[in-house]
Parts: sequence; C-alpha cells; structure tokens
Amino acid sequence: MNKLDLDRAKVRQARALARRAGRPVVDLARHHTTVSVERAVLRLAGVTGADPDGIPWVNRLVDAVVADVGLGHGVAVPVFHALSVSGVHDLTLLAQKAAAGSVHFTLPSGAAATAARRASRRGVGAGIRQIDRRRAERDRMVARYGDPRQRPWIYLIVATGDIYEDIPQAQAAARAGADVIAVIRSTGQSLLDYVPEGATREGFAGTYATQENFRLMRAALDESSRELGRYVRLTNYASGLCMPEIATLAGLQRLDMMLNDSMYGILFRDINPIRTFVDQRFSRQVHARAGIVINTGEDNYLTTADAVEAAHTVTVSQLLNEYFAKEAGLADWQLGLGHAFEINPDLPESFRLELAHALLARELFPKAPLKWMPPTRHMTGDVFRGNLLDGFFNLVGAMTGQGILLVGMMTEAVVTPWLSDRDIALQNVRYVLNACGGLHEDFVPAPGGFIQRRAHTVLDESIELLGRIVDDGLLNAIADGTFGIMKRPADGGKGLSGVARHEPDYYNPATEILEEAR
Amino acid sequence: MSTIVRPYGDTTGDGMVQLSFTLPVPADKRAEGAALQLAAKMGMDPAMVVHSRGMGEGYTFFVVYGRVNHLVDLAQVRVVERDFPVLAAKEINTLVKRRLRRKLVVVGACIGTDAHTVGIDAILNVKGIAGEKGLEYYREFRVVNMGAQVSVPDLVERARQERADAVLVSQVVTQRDAHLHNTREMSAAFREALPAARRPLLVVGGPRFDELMAGELGVNRIFGRGTTPREVASYLVHALVGGVPSGVAA
Repeated sequence: MNKLDLDRAKVRQARALARRAGRPVVDLARHHTTVSVERAVLRLAGVTGADPDGIPWVNRLVDAVVADVGLGHGVAVPVFHALSVSGVHDLTLLAQKAAAGSVHFTLPSGAAATAARRASRRGVGAGIRQIDRRRAERDRMVARYGDPRQRPWIYLIVATGDIYEDIPQAQAAARAGADVIAVIRSTGQSLLDYVPEGATREGFAGTYATQENFRLMRAALDESSRELGRYVRLTNYASGLCMPEIATLAGLQRLDMMLNDSMYGILFRDINPIRTFVDQRFSRQVHARAGIVINTGEDNYLTTADAVEAAHTVTVSQLLNEYFAKEAGLADWQLGLGHAFEINPDLPESFRLELAHALLARELFPKAPLKWMPPTRHMTGDVFRGNLLDGFFNLVGAMTGQGILLVGMMTEAVVTPWLSDRDIALQNVRYVLNACGGLHEDFVPAPGGFIQRRAHTVLDESIELLGRIVDDGLLNAIADGTFGIMKRPADGGKGLSGVARHEPDYYNPATEILEEAR
Repeated sequence: MSTIVRPYGDTTGDGMVQLSFTLPVPADKRAEGAALQLAAKMGMDPAMVVHSRGMGEGYTFFVVYGRVNHLVDLAQVRVVERDFPVLAAKEINTLVKRRLRRKLVVVGACIGTDAHTVGIDAILNVKGIAGEKGLEYYREFRVVNMGAQVSVPDLVERARQERADAVLVSQVVTQRDAHLHNTREMSAAFREALPAARRPLLVVGGPRFDELMAGELGVNRIFGRGTTPREVASYLVHALVGGVPSGVAA
C-alpha cells in the first residue's frame, strides 16, 4: 500500500539516517549503567519491600554497594558475593543488614567472582522466568477471551489518585467499551528516584505506579476480561528516573502496554540525557521480553511547538524511537509510535493537514500499531466545540487505520474527566467507528493532491533534520532545543549522579540474559 | 440602562438556562423525577428533562432546560478590571530600555509536583500562544524558564542569583487545592528570604485561580485562563517600570 506515493528511496534514507543518529547513543548506553538499572536487576533477583520510611530495600542495597565499591562494576557480583560470604540466604535480609551497616561489599576475584556471577545469574534468571510465565499467561488469556473486535483499540485514562477508586472506574470504563485502561501516574512520580511501595490512596492528578497497584488493577481487569469476553489491557508509565524498575514490575505483573519514550524524560522532565538513554535501553529490553507494547510520546512535542511547523519533529522522533526500540529487541507489533491531532483548528485546511500527517505515520510504519492522541492544546473549555473536535479526531483515526486511539475528552483543560464526560466521549468514538470504521479501505488521497504533497514535504523536512542531527550528534541536537523547543545539555538535568561508566569487570546478568535471547 | 438582567434563551427576559449533571441512580422514571427535583431546588421553574441516559449500573446523565427566576444585578458584579494598558511588543521594549536601562529579568517555573508546563511555556517560550510570541521574544527581557517540578527554595535561590525583577509561577494541578498551598508557600518563602525592596514582583497564573485572591495568597498579581504573553509583559512593565508616558501609549 502506498497511498501517499512516498519515494521508497527517501523512506530508506530516513531510516538509515535515524540509525546513524541513534547508534552513538546506543554505544553510550552499552557502556554505562545507572542506579535504577541496578535496582531493576535486584528486583528481578527477588528483592522486595521497603524500610519503615518507605524507601525500598533495592534502593538501600544499591546505595550500600555504591558506598563501598562504586556503581561501575554493577551490583550483581558484590551483592551475591556478600550473600555467600555472610551466610545470609535471602537478598532482602541482606539489604536490611546492609542498611544497618552490618554487611560490607567487596569485589571478589578468581573463583569467588565466577561463583558470584553464576549465583546472580541464577537469581535474576528466576525473575526473568517469572516475566516469561506472565507473557504466556497473557497469550492464553487473549486466546481464550479474544482481542477487541475493532481497530483502533479504544484507550481510556483513569486517574483518581486512589487505586481503590480507580478499580471500579476502570471496570466501568471497560464495560462501556474501553479496550485499554491507562492509569495515569501522580505528577510527582517521574522525579522520584525510588518506586513507592504498596497500595496507594493519595496522588496528585494520578495514582502512583507501585507493584501492588499494578497487581490489584491487573486482577480487576482479568475479572472484567472474563465478564466481557475480551482481554482488557492495562497500561502504565515506564518513564522518569525509575524507568527500568517500573518496566520490570510491569513485566512481573503482566501489564500490557507501557508509555516509554526515548526522549520524553529529557525534554519534558529535565532528566539527564545519558541517564535517560541508558535507562531506556534496559527498559525496552525488558518490554521486548515481556511482550509489552510500548507507547511513545511524540504527541508531547506538539503541545509545546506548533503542530504544523513541528510536524517533521514527530516523524524524526518516531524514526528514532523505532531504531532504539528495534535495537533493544522490540518487534514491529510492539511499537505504539505516538502522534497527535494538535493543529490549530482555526487554521484553514487543518483537517486535511491532520490527515496527511496521520497517514504519513501509517505508511512509514505499516506494521506498527500507532497510538493516535486527541487534541489537548486547542481544547478551550468550550465543551461543545471540544466534542466536535474530538469527533474529527476520531474520524482521522478511522480514515487512516490507527491502531490505538486515546479517547479525547471534551472537558480536557477543564476537569479530570467525569463519569459523564467519559460516557459522552465513548459515544463519540462509537458513533464514528460504527459509521465508518472501515473508511481507511476506501480513503485514498488524490494523486499529487494536497494531502500527498503535504506528506512529501514533511518527509523531506524530516530527512533534512535527521541529516543535521547526524552531523551535529543527537545529544547536541537535544542540547540545542531541536525537539519541543526545550534545551537540554548532556551534562545537565536530574539523575546524573546516578550514572556510571562500566568498569572493565562490569557484570549485569539481566542484560546478559536479555541479549542472549535474540 | 437597567443593570438588572436575566439569562437569555431566545427572548429578552425569558430566564432560560441549560444544565447537565449525573445522579447516582438507575435510569428510570424515578430518576427523571429526581432530576426535576434537583432542578427545582436550583431555582429552575418550569424545568424540562430533555435528555436522560443510563451509564453503567447505577448512574444517569441528564440535560435539563428550564427557566430561572433569579435576577443578575450588574451593579453588584466585582471583577479585577485590567488596570494597565496592553502595549505592543515594541512599546514594551522601548519602555524597559528607556526607564530601566537594563534588561528586565523574569524567572519562571512550575512549582511543587505540578509537571504541567503548558501554561508557563505559553507565556515564556518564544513560541507563545494563539499567534502571540512569549516573553523570550521581547528583546529587553531576559527570561529564565526553570521548567517543571521546581522546589520553592530552588526558585528563591535562582531568583536571587539572577536578580529577578519578576517571578512567574504557573499552577495547573488543583487537586486538594495544591495550587493555593503552593502559591502561599512560594510567597512566604520570598517574604522570608528577601527584604521588600529587593523582592521580585510575584505573579502566578493558572486556569483555576480566582483573580481576586492575590492579596490573600501574598502575590502581586494572579492571571487566569486565556491570559496572553503580551498582557503579562504589559503588566510587568506597568508594575516595574511605571506608567505609560503619553508619547508611547498605543
């Protein structure tokens, strides 16, 4: 299918440039580790729980190792060596002792080092097998209950701050037609350098991502899946300073989709770029293994930059996200690349421009599900106009065959959605999908017409920008404010102190196992 | 002209309004009766339930049209009228250059856990909003945008370092009145850290603020929904550099 008559050579050129732009960053990621990657390793090895102040034992343990031998060797070997010499049999107990100062960490050599590596690989392997079992469980449930009957899948957000309020709301949303439930996180969470523990009942504009909250919501949606006869998917956010750990917890609790963008944390949360790329690569390796579909965050660029002028930055970011995702082992079906309906509705031909951009993404990534995001920037509080705009957004989704459709709320920018807002929004989606769900089969833009020409322009601009990024270096491009206008230098941002270059004896059994599989 | 008005449907003085709400009851005859009772208690008489729709097990959504008897007295309305002229970018730059003789320094941030930089970015980023460029675009302004989730002590420290003339804080999240708590904390911190003469002008903005609360929150000015960068720039010039000379005003 080539509805836009794209020049195949140009598409190949764009991908090749993305690869060249991304590769130095991947090399950087391969030679660095972070505190969160190491904590994820310990979570896979079975460390759970938190101290009385709510600081997880994985944090206490990593901090203790870093204080004794630094971060650059990885924590697996010193931790498992300490386990064997101290005679403690449980890692969480070891963490407690380390926090109390009664265990010290050293770097073994020779046979002791080999033994520690082997033991850590066994420990972490058990966690990865658990992720494998969860994936098989999902496959069985999808086989039994089935996927949604229509494309795009309908994606709805729940966000009360209280997991016990979220659960009935999520179940009600599933009953009303949602195929994917996303539990939005509390706004502060991305900058916490630990993952909170337990079921939580207080959050700001969202609910904390915790292992227990994941478990509770997944169990509730399993119930809904049985009731409704279709597998209802659960989404959360692998982003912020704890991205690798949250990805791991998602795999362990059978979450189905995770928001996971390669640059979002850098640009919008001012997290250090190197920290982000290292965390990103590990979290994507975990997602690949867990059979999780990632959702990337290109919609965000259009909330700060103009959606027409910056259309090509979305395409460039999609190509980079694709490269980073595939390098980490994700398959095409796992790439929910993002884009959004954010063009100023007062602009003449705005709907045709939206169609051109959405179809370009569809044609560039034919096997990826694509996540289509609703208008937010031009939602003014006029709920009547907002509902109309959402209808046009839904129409673009149907006409261009999008995979995942985030349901737009006409009360965007007014309140967190009410029960009735969600109901009206779902009626809007259902009307469009019912009236013309298969319209993408018929919709072929006129050869040489407005839509084709616009798509060609955006592709050309993307190639031009990618060329500049290759020349300049991706980290410099980010520092210069190429994406979303934010300027983020590689030596700035939050979380830099938790990054270390690998020492020659660096060992990470999780990365070893995840990379072997491919 | 009379200062007394009533809502307008299609005839002067008809008092017609529309209202939508949800009641936690199953959709049936009784639910409609319940909706009418609520409408009556809200002063709608007569009221018509024009639409009702069950949502899930035990909720019904209603749209009600009806007539209210209340009168609005325009003479009693209190709002913050804009007490400064909105100037063109060029005039703003000229005023700063002539009167201040240095760049006007603005430090902006989203404080607390609020990660929504949409507001502060719309005001500060060159890109601006609705076709109007942000404060970074003003040649005579020096803008420091600290971004999201900035702690109050960091904001105070940065404002001090940069010798800020004005501090702009944006707050979108309003759960549990976070925007009010954060603003009070911010203004208290500035009062504690700096003597009045050296304290920057404190300005907060966000869609859910009441513009009348500036004094109560300890800030110089509150801007609500729909504020443009040029209004903010004009206010800053008005407050910091003084009134507009007749030769410059638009």
